[in-house]
Amino acid sequence: MSSRRSRSSRQTGASMISEDQINDLVLQLHRLLPELGNNHRRSGKVSASKVLQETCTYIRNLNKEVDDLSERLSQLLESTDSAQAALIRSLLM
Amino acid sequence: MASLISDTEPPSHLHPTSTDLVRRKKRLSVSSSSASSSLTTGDGDSHARWRSEKQQRNYSAKLIQALRQVRLSSSSAAAATSSPPPTAQKRGKAVREAADRALAVSARGRTLWSRAILSNRIKLKFRKQKRQRPAAIPAVITTGSSSSSSGGRSKKRRVTVAKLNKKSIPTVNRKVRVLGRLVPGCKKESVPVILEEATDYIQALEMQVRAMKSLAELLSGSDLAPQRG
Repeated sequence: MSSRRSRSSRQTGASMISEDQINDLVLQLHRLLPELGNNHRRSGKVSASKVLQETCTYIRNLNKEVDDLSERLSQLLESTDSAQAALIRSLLM
Repeated sequence: MASLISDTEPPSHLHPTSTDLVRRKKRLSVSSSSASSSLTTGDGDSHARWRSEKQQRNYSAKLIQALRQVRLSSSSAAAATSSPPPTAQKRGKAVREAADRALAVSARGRTLWSRAILSNRIKLKFRKQKRQRPAAIPAVITTGSSSSSSGGRSKKRRVTVAKLNKKSIPTVNRKVRVLGRLVPGCKKESVPVILEEATDYIQALEMQVRAMKSLAELLSGSDLAPQRG
C-alpha cells in the first residue's frame, strides 16, 4: 500500500498530481466496471467523466443490491427459527 | 448446494469459540495477504485480494457470525426492553451494518473506507451513550484513521453540494467529489486517493453481494433436501 501511495508522491494539492497517474487510475476503474457497451472502446482513451459517472451509478446499484439483500436476509432470518441449524447442516454437507 | 461461495472448511470451522476462529483465520489470511502484497503492481493487488477463495471464505465466516449476533441481539432486545417493534427496515439496516462491518474487518485495515466504517460505528455508539462528554469522542477518533472525522455527518453534505454545483470546478473533479461522497470516509480526500479507494470498494462490494446472495439462497432453499448424495 505504501508503494501505491509513494507513486502519487504524497501530494495533496489537486494540481500537483500528474495527469498520467490519474488516467492510470481511471483506466483501472474502468476495467472493473461491468462492460455493458465498452467492448468496442477497450483500446485507446476512455472518457474520464463517463467512467466516473458509470462508477457512481455502479456503486449506487451495488449499495442498493446490498440493501435489498440484507432486507431479504433479515426476513429469512426472522421467519425460519431453525435457520441456524439448517445453515450449519447445509454447510457441513 | 453445500457451500456458500466456495468449498468450506471442515466442520470444526463453526464449533470453536470466536477467538479460535479469529486466530485460525489470521493465520490463513496472513499467508494470503503476504502473497498478495508481494504483487505490488497496482492492478493485480486488489483483484487478488477480493477474489481469492480464502478471502471469500474469511468473509463468509465473519458474515455468519455477525448475522448470528444480530439475531441474538434483536431477539434479546425485544424481550428485555420495551423497544419499539422491530420494523423490517430496522432489521434490514442492522443486517446491512453487520455485513458492512464484516466486510470492513476482512479488509484488514488497509483501506480508508474500511477504517471509516469501523470507526463510524464506534463514534455512533459513543454518541448515543455519552452525549455530555465530548472528550470521549476525540479520544476514540484518534485511535481510528486520521480522515474519519467527517465521515458520519450527513448534514454537512448540504454545504458541499452547493459548492459542487458551481461550474468553477471542472467536470472531472466534480464527479470525483461525488464519487468520494459515495465511498465511506473519502469525502475530503484527494483525487487519486478517491479513485484508488473506489476500485477497492467496488470489488469489496461485489464480494459482499455475492456472499449475501449465496447466503440468502442457502437460507431460502434450506427446506429442500440436499442434493448431494
